[in-house]
Amino acid sequence: MIRKPLRPLASILHARDAGENPDQIERANLRERHEEMRNKGRARAEGRLLIMGVLFAGAFVTVGARMGVVSMSEAMEPRTSYAGSRIQAERADIVDRKGRILATNLETHSIYAHPHEMIDPAAAASKLAEIFPDLDAENLERRFRDGRKFYWVKKKISPEQKQAVHDIGEPGLLFGRREMRLYPNGRLAAHILGGASFGEEDVHDAELVGVAGAEKFFDDALRDPANGDKALTLSIDLTVQTAAERVLWGGMKLMNAKGASSVLMDAHTGEIVSMVSLPDFDPNNRPRPPAKGQAADSPLFNRAVQGLYELGSTFKIFTAAQSMELGLANPETKINTAGPLRWGKFKIRDFRNYGAQLTLTKVIVKSSNIGTARMAQVIGAARQQDFLKQLGFFEPTPVELVEASGAQPLLPKNWSELSTMTISYGHGMSASPLHLAAGYAAIANGGTKVVPTILKQDNVVQGPRVMTVASAEASRLMLRKVVSEGTASFGEVPGYAVGGKTGTADKPLENGRGYYEDKVIATFAAMFPAHDPKYVLILSLDEPVETSGDEPRRTAGWTAVPVAAEMITRVAPLLGLRPEVEPAPLAGITLTSN
Amino acid sequence: MTEMVYGALPSQAREPVLPKWWQTLDKWTMASIVLLFLIGLMLGMAASPPLAAKNGFAPFHYVQKQVIFGSAALVAMVVTSMMSPQLVRRLAVIGFAITMVALALLPVFGTDFGKGATRWYSLGFASLQPSEFLKPGFVVVAAWLMAANEEINGPPGRRWSFLLMMTIVVMLAMQPDFGQACLILFGWSVMYFVSGAPMLLIGGICLSLIPVANFAYNNSEHFARRIDGFLDRSVDPTTQIGYATEAIREGGLFGVGVGEGQVKWSLPDAHTDFIISVAAEEYGLILVFAIMILYATIVLRSYFRLMRERDPFIRLAGTGLVAIFGVQALVNMGVAVRLLPSKGMTLPFVSYGGSSLIAGGIAVGMILAFTRSRPQGEISDILRGQTR
Repeated sequence: MIRKPLRPLASILHARDAGENPDQIERANLRERHEEMRNKGRARAEGRLLIMGVLFAGAFVTVGARMGVVSMSEAMEPRTSYAGSRIQAERADIVDRKGRILATNLETHSIYAHPHEMIDPAAAASKLAEIFPDLDAENLERRFRDGRKFYWVKKKISPEQKQAVHDIGEPGLLFGRREMRLYPNGRLAAHILGGASFGEEDVHDAELVGVAGAEKFFDDALRDPANGDKALTLSIDLTVQTAAERVLWGGMKLMNAKGASSVLMDAHTGEIVSMVSLPDFDPNNRPRPPAKGQAADSPLFNRAVQGLYELGSTFKIFTAAQSMELGLANPETKINTAGPLRWGKFKIRDFRNYGAQLTLTKVIVKSSNIGTARMAQVIGAARQQDFLKQLGFFEPTPVELVEASGAQPLLPKNWSELSTMTISYGHGMSASPLHLAAGYAAIANGGTKVVPTILKQDNVVQGPRVMTVASAEASRLMLRKVVSEGTASFGEVPGYAVGGKTGTADKPLENGRGYYEDKVIATFAAMFPAHDPKYVLILSLDEPVETSGDEPRRTAGWTAVPVAAEMITRVAPLLGLRPEVEPAPLAGITLTSN
Repeated sequence: MTEMVYGALPSQAREPVLPKWWQTLDKWTMASIVLLFLIGLMLGMAASPPLAAKNGFAPFHYVQKQVIFGSAALVAMVVTSMMSPQLVRRLAVIGFAITMVALALLPVFGTDFGKGATRWYSLGFASLQPSEFLKPGFVVVAAWLMAANEEINGPPGRRWSFLLMMTIVVMLAMQPDFGQACLILFGWSVMYFVSGAPMLLIGGICLSLIPVANFAYNNSEHFARRIDGFLDRSVDPTTQIGYATEAIREGGLFGVGVGEGQVKWSLPDAHTDFIISVAAEEYGLILVFAIMILYATIVLRSYFRLMRERDPFIRLAGTGLVAIFGVQALVNMGVAVRLLPSKGMTLPFVSYGGSSLIAGGIAVGMILAFTRSRPQGEISDILRGQTR
């Protein structure tokens, strides 16, 4: 900035010449500059004062508007006043397919304290501690005396406890209404129901929100007042679920498994009649998620839906069905099973050597990896992927549980010919037991895709066809033979013509390099009755060991299959299936007429 | 020259004080203040009998005291408003020095009246809160320093005023009296803003407040609980704010009727911090709006007049005083409707108060003195072609 000098030399010389005091020039210039500065300063301050004025005016208007809003709102008694209960405490019941209660609400109370209204905090604290053994009298008293105006004592209490607290007669102890989510069947169907907890809460009411499973998936619908408390009807059958859980629990203990799961699905509608994952938990008292260790070992983990396993030989039937579908083979076609099958460094072996050739039926019945892999080579990667995709193995199951969407099947990044071969017998890709159930249901119902659901379905639209009736029928015959004369001979249940396929997959090491020698997932995928299947059952045991023989046996035929057979024995009558008593074969008798 | 032509004018030793005062005074502002005081008396009749009954006095004991102190305050206001800005400044600087000493000696001689904060001197018949008198004094001193900063070859007054402000804020915060500390801080900030704080700095401070507030919320349990308590709409209705809000709701548009209100029986601070609730309950929204319009009139008219002021000192001092006055009223009413967290701040001139009323009278008198119309070089503005 170029400023006018205060003592311009020219003017000063001139003034000196004229005999005037040059200081006056300086003073005049200073005054001028000062004036200018004041004008500038005022101009700036004018704008800023205007801003301040506008801000103040705005603030006054805001406070005034708020005054108006408050004073125009509904007047209420001070003690019970809260600006309308925005808390939606209702939550619809959940019932099974026959209308039996799975989850309901129970009205309870909570206790809170207004310490400033207390007459005798010490006595109140000690009496509360008597009523609730988990409370500590000293701790309570300290909290009653530390000057706070509000303290939650207990969130949920029983009517008896409420009366006992009432009898203390302390005016500073108050009760608030609480709806509590109750699962009257305890652990039953715990993973399906999930659990609920309190969301937004105040002293008068609390919101019940679902935290997992169907409770969370249908949270909005369950809480929607527009539904008018209409219960949510699941496809689960309470009695079947109970039987399945008991059998599975017993089987898990007998087979020394660390976990187990079973899915029983209606083969035509995709309705899940029972789904069990063990170990389980009590949704009334849902445990916290584990802070350490594997999430998959937590009781909260739903093995049937979330667990992604290499499902082993149970996959072979898909390969067989597809090769029949494509016209590449029929049940009697001879397949080369000479082993080991070499592919680069990789060798495919069979459990035993089954000789040079087996028919396709025998490949399935004997569970030959080599035979299946050879078929898969003929089918090729593209067609195999296509078929598995149609069966739903490429995306998470659409079942209505929040956990399901996270269970994206693990597929090989690069689907090489080797992948094609290993996947044909269930290695190299991981899917959940529920995926497998949906796949088997397609074979069981005559070749149409099903969508697994936990909601009761009234009229089901038939899904898209994935294979012909004939291919499905031929596959079912093979599965029946697996039970009647193959690896799953323990699965025979008189009168129910069980068909199925065993699968014993080595568990992958946690570091992802190779497999455990002595840890397997044993799976039995079954359908019954095999000539006209109504239900599909997938039962899998995690790390089972059967120790009755000389050496520990881990294959599914010795572990999962007997458990599944027991389950079918128990469950099938409950499902209303009538055992078809096959007439004893009329061996050696010739009927003649004379 | 005039004398030569027309003869000597009748000599006058001094300007006529009263006519000049009346001509140049902002009469609207003064009328608003007097009205506010009268409304305060009227509300005091409603709000203070419960307290008088509790303390064993005659029902209108506190009203009488309010009349006495209020009259004193009005006299103080009128006297102050008659002074010239220079005289105001001189007296204020002296007053400021005295109150600073008083404030510093509080820990030694002060009493806390059992409220946990040493803020008062007990004088027997009344109590004295130095910080109330400190506020106008501080504003004037700070304005003087800032104005000096703008003079050619002036001292670094802004920096000095900042240091002074920080000293006072720390002293007040140690009492603890965060409310007054915030008022001082706010008044200084407004003056700094009007005196020409760089916009970049203001924007920077506003932006940096966000992470600071975030940090405080996440790391200070006390702070977080207060904010949560404020945000939580389901407030315990038996707290002061619960009652206050309920009273406003109860009053509606026209109130429940004179003397019919209930809130004064439940609120210990009905005659001071929550007098607006009493007004709303008994006289309704109408009176509340009237009170707000009076405050807004004072603030906005004063700012409007200060916009024309050429003297930086007068402008800044007036701005600071008005800002503190206005924000106190705003905070008090904002608390009652739960727009702001609870803060013990009285409604100036309406709430009951002893010495604080006189301090308020002096402050308002200063405002009136600073907003009196003075020649502002309008002729030179017109000559330069700047008309307004």
